[in-house]
Amino acid sequence: MKYANITVPKPFKSGGSGSEAFAQVLRSQWLLIAPALALLAVAMVYPLAKVVFSSFSQPEAGFHNYVWFFSTPVNLAVLQRTFTVAACVTMVCLVCSYPYAYLMTAVGPRTRLLLLICVLVPFWVSGVIRTFAWIIILQDSGLINKALGMVGLGPVRLIRTPLGVAIGMIQVLLPFAIMPLYAVMRGIDLRLVQAAQSLGATPACSFVQVYLPLSLPGVFGAGTLVFILALGFYITPVLLGGPSSSMISNLIQQQILSMLNWGTGGAMGVILLVSTFGFLALVSPIMRKRYQTTGGSR
Amino acid sequence: MSSSTKIAIRLFCVLVAIWLVAPTLVIVPMSFTNKQSFAFPPTGLSLRWYEAFFTNPAWFGSFINSFKIAAIVAVVATAIGTAAAIGLERVKSRATGVIRAILLAPMIVPGVVLATGIYAVFLEQRLVGSYLGYIVAHAMLALPFVLITVGANLAVFDPRLETAASSLGANRLTVFRTVTMPLILPGMLSGMLFAFVTSLDEVVVALFITSPQLRTLPVQVYTSITKDADPTVAAVGTLIFAITTTVIVAGLVLGPKAKRMFQ
Repeated sequence: MKYANITVPKPFKSGGSGSEAFAQVLRSQWLLIAPALALLAVAMVYPLAKVVFSSFSQPEAGFHNYVWFFSTPVNLAVLQRTFTVAACVTMVCLVCSYPYAYLMTAVGPRTRLLLLICVLVPFWVSGVIRTFAWIIILQDSGLINKALGMVGLGPVRLIRTPLGVAIGMIQVLLPFAIMPLYAVMRGIDLRLVQAAQSLGATPACSFVQVYLPLSLPGVFGAGTLVFILALGFYITPVLLGGPSSSMISNLIQQQILSMLNWGTGGAMGVILLVSTFGFLALVSPIMRKRYQTTGGSR
Repeated sequence: MSSSTKIAIRLFCVLVAIWLVAPTLVIVPMSFTNKQSFAFPPTGLSLRWYEAFFTNPAWFGSFINSFKIAAIVAVVATAIGTAAAIGLERVKSRATGVIRAILLAPMIVPGVVLATGIYAVFLEQRLVGSYLGYIVAHAMLALPFVLITVGANLAVFDPRLETAASSLGANRLTVFRTVTMPLILPGMLSGMLFAFVTSLDEVVVALFITSPQLRTLPVQVYTSITKDADPTVAAVGTLIFAITTTVIVAGLVLGPKAKRMFQ
């Protein structure tokens, strides 16, 4: 349905070729995209370019900020922790959201609405306040430790540990895993599973051979989204974590706002940026292939 | 599937649902505590933290700031985003894929990296702690949501309707006003809502470009949490929760009724 060529205003015949070309641009649909591109150029592209530039130029030109980053064990530990936490969070999110999304497709409309509301409720309160709620729950004298105390178990240190950070992050990220999975699973024809079982497949076998492969595009999509978002997490690690659980975003903030080290902060920013888009570039061919072999999804 | 597996899946999902919802519910009783502490459950009840929210200018002022900024961002992002979505649908070029990717990038780029760059640019342009600064930054972050919601509407929109209207003599503005816009209005409105919430909730960039003179609500909440034990945070959270719940329930109840009225 390409119809740019049939929108009505006829080219008016006046002026030379220069103004004609200008009028062409004015009439063309590019003008509709221009404000959005201008906004992105001012508020995203130029700022990111500045980050990249400062990483190579502050305080003096060269690669020394990167050399410093990769030769300081603390930085490498934080980078490694960022990836580990993001990977663990992604795994747990997928394991929790897979049955949840499946149940959403299997129940009646009323229960489905209830399940959907549970996914959306976290969005009703702002992210910072949700993290605050986790402080109440996880703190040393918090809800979880009180409940553990009642059954005679000693207090567990949750706040200011990577485990506490992960618990909070998973809650924030679960909806981002459930929704893509649900979107794919909704499109799976359950009669295919029935067909497999009528041909003698056990429930487990029909799940592994039929349902799971059909749902894989959703798993990949959800996993990629959650992992990328988790890499850049900032608020939850600051508020629920301590110095021993800070992630790369926290280091960047420290370098820029507390220490005014634009060079090193910029270099860390570039490393985070490259990790994010590098991961995307890595998985997108796999995802494309998956979509082809499984016949895609609705 | 055997019934024991079914029950196991259901139980597991109930646990996941509790994980999702519980933190939100914890703040409601917390907000009625009578002591300045986060001890839970509270030992006595009072409304003093609600009073504190409405009387303390640091809290109420930042709420008003956030509301103003979010309202302008919603309008700006919806206007720019709708135009871009329509343009992307119509332009025939190989570049549209790239442009779409660029316009959706704010969702992917890590918040802190964006915040760092924006802070650097705003320092240079003297936009730190200004309304214009917040609006530009938040409109950029909200743009992808408008693009997605309006784009979803445009994907099922029949462009022949526009051709029909213009063949009957309507100019482009009339075509948009009377044909295109009514049909993509649901997308525009949900995009506007997303943009509003994005701005109202945004904290990472706001933390970098904030100033003592112009502070948004999430920044106020953040500083309060990091500085002292102030249950006003819980009162704010409960208020926001109550407002959104009312809006959503009203939408669920009134939505079908309104639809029937129009039919």
